[in-house]
Amino acid sequence: MRKIISNEEFKRVLGPLAAFLLIMMFNMFFTPGFFNMQIKNGHLFGSFVDIFNRGAPVMIVAIGMTLVYATGGIDLSVGSIMAISGAVAAYMIRPDYTKGVIEYGTLPPLFAVILIPLLVAGLLGLWNGILVAYLKIQPIIATLILMVAGRGIAQLITQGQIITFEYPEFQFLGSGFLLGLPVSVILVIVMLVLVNFLTRKTALGIFIESVGSNPTASFYLGINSRVIKLFSYLFCGICAGLAGLIVTADIKGADANNCGLWYELDAIASVIIGGTVWGGRFTLFGTLLGAIIIQSITTTILSRGVAPEQILVFKAIVVMAVTLVQSSNMRKMIVDSVFVANRKTDKTVNKGLN
Amino acid sequence: MELKTIKNYIPLFATIFVFILIYTMGAMLYDNFLSLRVFLNLFLDNAFVGVIAVGMTFVILSGGIDLSVGSVVAFVCILSAKLLEVYQINPFLVVLVCLLFGVFLGTVMGAVIHFFAVPDFLVTLVGMFLCRGLAYMVDLQSIPIRDELFLAVNTMGINFGGGVNFRLISIIFIMVWAAGVYVSHYTRFGRNIYALGGDVVSANLMGIPIGKTRILVYTMSSTLAALGGLLYAVYTLSGYAAAAQGLELDAIAAVVIGGTLLTGGVGFVEGTMVGVLILGLIQTFISFQGTLSSWWTNIIIGLLIFSFILLQRFLSLRSDTDQK
Amino acid sequence: MNIKKPVLCCTSITKFFSGVIALDKVNFNLFPGEIHGLLGENGAGKSTLIKCLTGVYLPDHGDIYYEGKRVVFAAPSEARNRGISTVYQEINLIQTLSVAENIFAGRQPLSKGRINWKKINERSRELLAMLDLDIDVTALLSEYSTAVQQMVAIARSLDISAKVLILDEPTSSLDEDEAHMLFNVIRKLRNEGMAIVFISHFLDQVLELCDTLTILRNGESVGEYRANEISKHELIIKMLGKKLAAFENRVAELNSSDESKKDVFYSVRSMSRRKSMKHFDLDLKKGEVLGLAGLLGSGRTEIARLLFGIDKPHSGNTVIKGVSGSVLSPKNAVRHSFGYCPEDRKLEGLIPCLTIRENIVLALQVKKGLLKYISLKKQRKIAEKFMQLVSIKAPSCEENVSRLSGGNQQKVIIARWLAANPEFLILDEPTRGIDVGAKFEIQKLILKFRDLGMSILFISSELDELVRCCDRVAVLRDRKKITEYTGRSLCSEKIMATIAHVTSEAEDGNLL
Repeated sequence: MRKIISNEEFKRVLGPLAAFLLIMMFNMFFTPGFFNMQIKNGHLFGSFVDIFNRGAPVMIVAIGMTLVYATGGIDLSVGSIMAISGAVAAYMIRPDYTKGVIEYGTLPPLFAVILIPLLVAGLLGLWNGILVAYLKIQPIIATLILMVAGRGIAQLITQGQIITFEYPEFQFLGSGFLLGLPVSVILVIVMLVLVNFLTRKTALGIFIESVGSNPTASFYLGINSRVIKLFSYLFCGICAGLAGLIVTADIKGADANNCGLWYELDAIASVIIGGTVWGGRFTLFGTLLGAIIIQSITTTILSRGVAPEQILVFKAIVVMAVTLVQSSNMRKMIVDSVFVANRKTDKTVNKGLN
Repeated sequence: MELKTIKNYIPLFATIFVFILIYTMGAMLYDNFLSLRVFLNLFLDNAFVGVIAVGMTFVILSGGIDLSVGSVVAFVCILSAKLLEVYQINPFLVVLVCLLFGVFLGTVMGAVIHFFAVPDFLVTLVGMFLCRGLAYMVDLQSIPIRDELFLAVNTMGINFGGGVNFRLISIIFIMVWAAGVYVSHYTRFGRNIYALGGDVVSANLMGIPIGKTRILVYTMSSTLAALGGLLYAVYTLSGYAAAAQGLELDAIAAVVIGGTLLTGGVGFVEGTMVGVLILGLIQTFISFQGTLSSWWTNIIIGLLIFSFILLQRFLSLRSDTDQK
Repeated sequence: MNIKKPVLCCTSITKFFSGVIALDKVNFNLFPGEIHGLLGENGAGKSTLIKCLTGVYLPDHGDIYYEGKRVVFAAPSEARNRGISTVYQEINLIQTLSVAENIFAGRQPLSKGRINWKKINERSRELLAMLDLDIDVTALLSEYSTAVQQMVAIARSLDISAKVLILDEPTSSLDEDEAHMLFNVIRKLRNEGMAIVFISHFLDQVLELCDTLTILRNGESVGEYRANEISKHELIIKMLGKKLAAFENRVAELNSSDESKKDVFYSVRSMSRRKSMKHFDLDLKKGEVLGLAGLLGSGRTEIARLLFGIDKPHSGNTVIKGVSGSVLSPKNAVRHSFGYCPEDRKLEGLIPCLTIRENIVLALQVKKGLLKYISLKKQRKIAEKFMQLVSIKAPSCEENVSRLSGGNQQKVIIARWLAANPEFLILDEPTRGIDVGAKFEIQKLILKFRDLGMSILFISSELDELVRCCDRVAVLRDRKKITEYTGRSLCSEKIMATIAHVTSEAEDGNLL
């Protein structure tokens, strides 16, 4: 464990980890069969696995959101980008469906069905990035534009219909299994490893944190904050695009109205619960935990017969509680008390020197 | 207020220009577009958006944002329906309870933003979650409203004859807007909001009560959102928890199009009215056109917000170079 | 004078900022009908004292008495309502409001419950007329020059029935005529019985205008003086806290013949920037510490910013290592192996969310580029090496920087640039606000790296420090470079005389 995450990061995620274990313990006692796992046809099944399987799209979006959040920004358009990417993929598979043609044409190659939506998502992310980094529009407003217009664009592509399709190779992305694990979970792992490499094995991570934490100092250091911000929005767009593909492949249809709905909120909640600071330190492992917590809350509550829509209340309470604990004013109180202790030690050290 | 400071008015002029442009286009293309009924319906159909947009204008003027308004509308709408139809509670009491909920929620959100220095978008995002979830807790199904008072308010209005009716809902909207205009120009609270949005640090040193102002702004926004929810319930005569999705975006759009600067401190409640009417006009236009699908509304609104923000950026960039 | 009771006084006010003392048992007495000058270098505690008196900060110790009663102002509005108004150095008005509204914001006259705009505009015109200013009060504040905005700020404080008026650097953006116009107004107010605190770094103006002076240095009160009983030169000596012994302590013993042999690393000819620095020439040599001396606002930091590419010069030629070219941005400067420890380490230096290790390796990492990541092991090695070198006191390099004391934070920033192995390092007030031990260590470091061949630009308000560490000192006054001192001619008396613009007295030598 220590080799994957640093000590400091480990300390940071202790809170969410404890919360996760608490939820799991609750389930152990009160949800019968929660941890039952079965292997059917060489695939892993069960409530516990379901958390990871169902949570995969949120996890991927949250990974992208983490970077944006750490630069001191936010991306509200992820849900719409998901819808667009799913719509593009479905449209490529059945271009004439909206005109009422039921027959499939020649199926486009799989790599195109995956790469072109991702490219589109990347371009949309780039658009957000340009608005924020170059036109200096507040992130919340800049991404709001695409949040409104994006769903319209997705509906334009699907002509307001739900484009359903059969394309087994593509569906594999959403509901397939590889090495006994759901493909979506494997994609999460791949993304996590990739982003971890990008941010922690290059200087990107520390640059993102610098730009978010102190833009002036970063400028004096010669860090190109525009490029850093641009990249984080671009990457967040691609993550959303991938999540959109997974959801679309899973339900075998592009639903421009509902694909990615409320995802921006789940993603932001995951990032906050995970312990990433707005404009500062980020932790991918924490974000992943955050997403798992959100999904476990959802699964746990659903298993108690509560309507899925009502879960929002619990999510809201959790996010507010975590935010208040992390609030800078509360942290300031803690830091101040540490300072008083530090001052005392400093003075004694100096006396020794003189 | 003399019209000396032209720069602050440019976005407002642009808005009025856009309004006239769309109106003229509609009038030229479609026969009945210019009718009084179409014009009055703009106020009726957008009354709840308008009431919320007035509150949102103050929030944005103060340099903040409120993402919770859409969910507040949904919650109040379903709550009032449930209280009226299932629990048979006096309608006046229901109205009072709903408005008090708005006061309470807004004050709490404002206090958290101010005292804990939590970013405004986060707090109101949580408010958005919470209210939507609460709405679903009240009821998952849609509840029709048959209460006599609500029915009466729905149909009440000034009759112009020929089926043209200026409904009470529209009048409430216009009254709220007029009150907003008054507050923004003629009360210290209103002017303090401008000062707060213009420069928080200076405002504090000038002795302006920033805490009180900021909290009251959110109180006002949520209360107006609750009123908007009631209007929505009266207008649709039903309560539905999934109602008013994305309404916060429409409200923000109306404010931005109305010429209020997103950075705070500059703008007019007057302009918000024009912004709301433009949004309504686009929808009317699309419904007249017939073949254009509803999603074009979203795309056009997005484009409009974008171009108005660009205009704002351009203006502020130019004034920056002026000072150098 | 003694019969009068002070309208505002404070006793042994003490204020800490995150562990560093900003005000140390300061006493201050202000009488009605006097203009009281408050003097001190940057960081001496003037602004902090004012903010304690007006309720912006709550002092940690000490009492404030207003009109004979002990008071605690919890907010600026309380002090203001009791009749203490302040005009701050940075114009604290709201650019997006009209001139008239700025004057009346927060206390607009009401008639029948609504704001009376007509009255606001009329009263504003009257008030500004008192300052001989005739402008359109309905226009936006941002449409006017800084000088006019300053007048508006004063007009705002005049309208309150103020008993105490505090003016914090009110003349810094006014030309001479405007300043004198303002002085007339201030004198008029004084004669009407108002107590006025006047803070300015223009000593001539202070001596001309004030009745009484209080001098602060390093958060302590040096003393209170009658303006007509103290010379400008004495004033400067007291402000800068010169000790006679310093001359003998000089660490940087020089060989003046060496001077010409040193290679010029970075040279600047007739560089200037409007409103920031008038034309100046500067040569930075390898293995040499060049000091910049001058009062606050004389252009010290402005030169540093120009040299490092943060501000763009409006004119001037630069030659770096014999090649002509210019430093376009900090990024560009870093590529040229420059380093810059800014004056405000919290705002412009530290990355508060990162650890000591990350803060130290950051500059080196930027220099290497995004992809050439320094491995964690190597980072630790570098961080530990430099922590030891600049002696940062912390349990480990993985500690969060925001938990360190001010002195240690400053050392982290110096370590950051040293780790990047710069050829040219700018240190802007590196020893301000840190304890004596750390100060001495930083001075030693400067000399150590000079001997290793680094070119260093050292900015400090403390002349002792400059004399001890620098091979050459350039003296600035009013955004102009006046002269340079090297070798034997480098002594704090001469620098001080140049700063004070009194050349003849300095030669006499009987300064104290």
